[in-house]
Amino acid sequence: MISLEWVKDYVNIEDQDPQELAVKITKAGINVESVISHNIDNLVIGEIVKCVDHPDSDHLHICSVNIGTDGLQQIVCGAPNVREGLKVIVALPGAILPGNFEIKTSKIRGIESNGMICALFELGVEEETEENYAKGIHELDDNAPIGQNPLRYLGYEDTLYELDVHKHRNNDCYYHIGFAYEIAAILNRKVTLPEANYNEIEDSINNHFNLKVDTEKCPFYLAKMVTDVKIGESPEFIKRRLISAGMRPINNVVDISNYVMLEYGQPLHFFDKDKLGNNILVRNAKENEEIITLDGKCRHLKANDIVITDGKKAVCIAGIMGGENTEVDNNTKTILIESAIFDAVNIRNTASRLDLKSEASIRYGKGLNYEYTKLAIDRACYLLEKYADAKILSDMVTYDNIDKAAKVVKFTPDDVNKILGIKISADDMKIELARLDFDYKLKDDLFEVTIPSRRLDIDPNVNDIAEEIGRLYGYHNLVSTLPRVPIRRGQYIGDVKYRKKISKRLRSLGLNEVKTYTLVSKELTKDFSFNNKENILLPNPMSSDKAYVRTSIIPSLLNVYNYNKKRKVNDILIYEISKTYDNNFKEESLISGLLSGTYIGNEWATSVKVDFYLVKGIIENLLNYIGFKNRYSFEIGDNNSLHPGISAKILLDREPIGYLGRIHPKISKDEIYVFELSLNELMRKIKPLKFKPASIYPGIKKDMAFIVSKDITAGEIMETIKKNGGRLLESISVFDLYMGDKVNNNEKSIAFSLYFEDPNKTLSDDEVMVIFNKIIEKVTTSYNAKLRDN
Amino acid sequence: MKYEQINKVKEMLEQDIKSIFDIKELNDLKVKYLGKKGLISELNQLIRDIPNEDRKDFGQAVNEVRSFFNDFYDTKKQQFEEETLNKKLESEAIDISLPAAKVTQGAPSILEKLIEEVEEVCMAMGYDVVDGPEIEEDKYNFEMLNIPKGHPARDAQDTFYVEGEELLLRSQTSPVQVRTMLEGKGVTPIRMICPGKTYRRDDDDATHSHQFMQIEGLLVDKNISLSDLKGTIDIIVKKLFGEDIETRFRPSYYQFTEPSVEVDISCFNCKGKGCSICKKTGWITVAGAGVVHPNVLRMSGYDPKEWSGFAFGFGAERLAMLKYDINDLRVFYNTDLRESKIFDREESL
Repeated sequence: MISLEWVKDYVNIEDQDPQELAVKITKAGINVESVISHNIDNLVIGEIVKCVDHPDSDHLHICSVNIGTDGLQQIVCGAPNVREGLKVIVALPGAILPGNFEIKTSKIRGIESNGMICALFELGVEEETEENYAKGIHELDDNAPIGQNPLRYLGYEDTLYELDVHKHRNNDCYYHIGFAYEIAAILNRKVTLPEANYNEIEDSINNHFNLKVDTEKCPFYLAKMVTDVKIGESPEFIKRRLISAGMRPINNVVDISNYVMLEYGQPLHFFDKDKLGNNILVRNAKENEEIITLDGKCRHLKANDIVITDGKKAVCIAGIMGGENTEVDNNTKTILIESAIFDAVNIRNTASRLDLKSEASIRYGKGLNYEYTKLAIDRACYLLEKYADAKILSDMVTYDNIDKAAKVVKFTPDDVNKILGIKISADDMKIELARLDFDYKLKDDLFEVTIPSRRLDIDPNVNDIAEEIGRLYGYHNLVSTLPRVPIRRGQYIGDVKYRKKISKRLRSLGLNEVKTYTLVSKELTKDFSFNNKENILLPNPMSSDKAYVRTSIIPSLLNVYNYNKKRKVNDILIYEISKTYDNNFKEESLISGLLSGTYIGNEWATSVKVDFYLVKGIIENLLNYIGFKNRYSFEIGDNNSLHPGISAKILLDREPIGYLGRIHPKISKDEIYVFELSLNELMRKIKPLKFKPASIYPGIKKDMAFIVSKDITAGEIMETIKKNGGRLLESISVFDLYMGDKVNNNEKSIAFSLYFEDPNKTLSDDEVMVIFNKIIEKVTTSYNAKLRDN
Repeated sequence: MKYEQINKVKEMLEQDIKSIFDIKELNDLKVKYLGKKGLISELNQLIRDIPNEDRKDFGQAVNEVRSFFNDFYDTKKQQFEEETLNKKLESEAIDISLPAAKVTQGAPSILEKLIEEVEEVCMAMGYDVVDGPEIEEDKYNFEMLNIPKGHPARDAQDTFYVEGEELLLRSQTSPVQVRTMLEGKGVTPIRMICPGKTYRRDDDDATHSHQFMQIEGLLVDKNISLSDLKGTIDIIVKKLFGEDIETRFRPSYYQFTEPSVEVDISCFNCKGKGCSICKKTGWITVAGAGVVHPNVLRMSGYDPKEWSGFAFGFGAERLAMLKYDINDLRVFYNTDLRESKIFDREESL
């Protein structure tokens, strides 16, 4: 939260409309998410000239309030401290208080009331706490000018910007001076830093205090000592500004440390010097070292954490929270001010492990500008001298191992223009760099720019400079162009091509595509494991229902089935193609389908219900489409999750690539068919597509029926027929299957229709009969089959 | 005298045809007149008794009767057949208002439909469509995208680690870009998009999902600028949201691009006037994009002095929610087939 009143201390924006300024800032890259104004219309300072009890209430009063030119107004008020002669804040009808609460003329228990007498929390300038509630209405001092704007009189007339800043800028744009630089760049103005000159007493900090830093995670540590501190209330402007930033004022000393942090972004820590002793040793914590932090909680540290110690015990978790043992209290006289830089990653890790996100740890975690480490400590001394009567000891204790090398970038104007696709001159670029307050040299068309240390986000390469110049130039001013690259047509590459083609085919076959989650519960890993794959269990799952990486998609499809069934959708034809992983991290893309209900047709007439053979047909259709005609086959299935009698393995080139079948009744009693096959296995070479002329000579159709034992499959017989049919056998189909009275109990009758054809001549019956008889003989002997002769 | 007989037959025929009402009576009539012993056939027998010079006239007279019969017969027959057919057709009439048969055609998932649209326009601009592993190495998902270990950008993409700190469920599809660049070996220009699933540790609700889909694109070539990115994005969003859509860039920040931008489009709903979809701003954020960071180019083997490029990323769910007015992200992953079916159609032709 940025206060514009506060920013005005550093850069002149008196002429700017807060709303318009917010738009300019947003366009340049810092997103002002909301503009919160503390200005409320129809608020006036009034004086209660008469106050009587309400006849129908034990606590309400009827006040007559003088509001200046508009004379006397009758207002009903229930505050305990309302009384005659008091100067108060009056919200008149039309005023809209925070929470979109509009004041209207009303009757309160029969008495007309023309407004409301307000407390500060009701105006949004104080927190709504019990304490503030108990104070009742706000009592203005006797000098308050009747009829004037009370918020202006109190100095609350401010506009706040709530920022949504991208990570890289959330260090320098989350403190007022940093933000002032941003505004200054946008408006082309200059920043003035705040007053920081103070007097020092003769006594030196070196007489009282030793510093040792024993960790590389603290590259920079500064300390100043102040004494004779008078703890008391902060001046109004500090309290007001802290409140607007969402912090609660505590006392002048604590408030000053927070105030400086909000100015410079540098967190300060104040130790009670008398409690601390004469030493500070910064080191890594010992494993399981304990410290009771300011919030009264005992914290256990790890060796990676950084602690400030008094030489022995921890007195502060560096950059995160101070210890109770050295806390500044109302009796504190002497203070040691710490202004330091700690390793940002370290602070983030410790803060997140301890779940201790403080204003300080957030700032340390983003990284700090070493120049401000010094400026902030001086500023704090200045404020302590001015507002807490502190005496400042001379000298500063310093540990300095920080890299101060400036980031320098060399580039030509053309480099920047090429990146942005614009044309601006070197002279214009000079103007932009000056606005950004970047030092530069220009010689023979070559810029040499030094990046100020407050801009931690900028890396020394020309792209970063292009970004800075670009955002001030205005991205909205860019013209759309297209890359000058050769014309080509993009393609689906590798398995994407298969996924797309197969997906389209399955859709044309009536299946609807669904998308489901890759992460599943343990429950969903139980069934449908193919090739005995083991699931990956995430080492640190979010929840038990997303703990495993699936190896089969079918359980997820079953979820979709159940979801639809519950919603009374009965014809469910779905598929998904997705990647799966086993616990060796082997990837396999699976094509999975689930079908149930009516496939095609009409409820009031005939319809085709989904059954095994329909699903088998879909798979054959798909495999033929890809170009695998005559290369696939089906074998009796052995997947435990499928009906043992209604399931099959799918083989391609005699290797298993998937399965299909009805879901085992123990998993679902509904008649549901599923299939799952490996997409990777389908990425095989196929024969080129070639035309084959259809025979113009008539062929001969021959039927044959066999009675065989029930355990002989039609597939086996057809295999035998095919083998013996030779090149003239064009096709086989099954046209009848019979089990019943006319055959024995353990037998069935299957009838085949064979079609013979020669591409080059008309077939003679004799030729066909030779083959036909050979087939009959082979089938009858191989399967102990009887030829059915009618 | 012989002619009298002809006239008699003719008169009789004229009388008879008045009482023919169906095909059977018609055929009986045919037998009566043209059968072997039919009346007209018998007239032919009489010709033997006619003197030669009269035979022609006589024959002609008989033929006239015969033609008369045949004409009558043909007309009547056609009439009866038509009547029969009409009756049959009438009896075969159906109630065309009864519901149609369900014809099988599956719908794409909403996300797939959206992605296919982006693919179509990008492929026409020469972008290949590529995918990569969903269980990815930290190296590709973060490090080579300029996000070293310990970088705060990693916190925002709270990642599902699969094993140790090296294998993870990809939190973005950008690792596919890295892999593609590595394959290009610093010499092949690149134009690719990589729509795919990504994962982050978010609790599922109306606007969050631990699994979601990104549509990212990458172009690496010579002299590529931010303005080229703008023109490219223009084409994509116009395809998705209409020709009158405008694009606006705002400065933003991503580790793998510099400069980085956020892409806003003018609100397709209110045309910039301000409505609930654009939160009264007239603009909707639809993508993040930028000029490829020189470090990223360098790490993947492309010399930033020679090569430059841009990258962009859309959220598929967000685009679909905007485009089809969907307000709960879970719709995409809890498929109700009645909702899917809506998307079995062309956007517009």
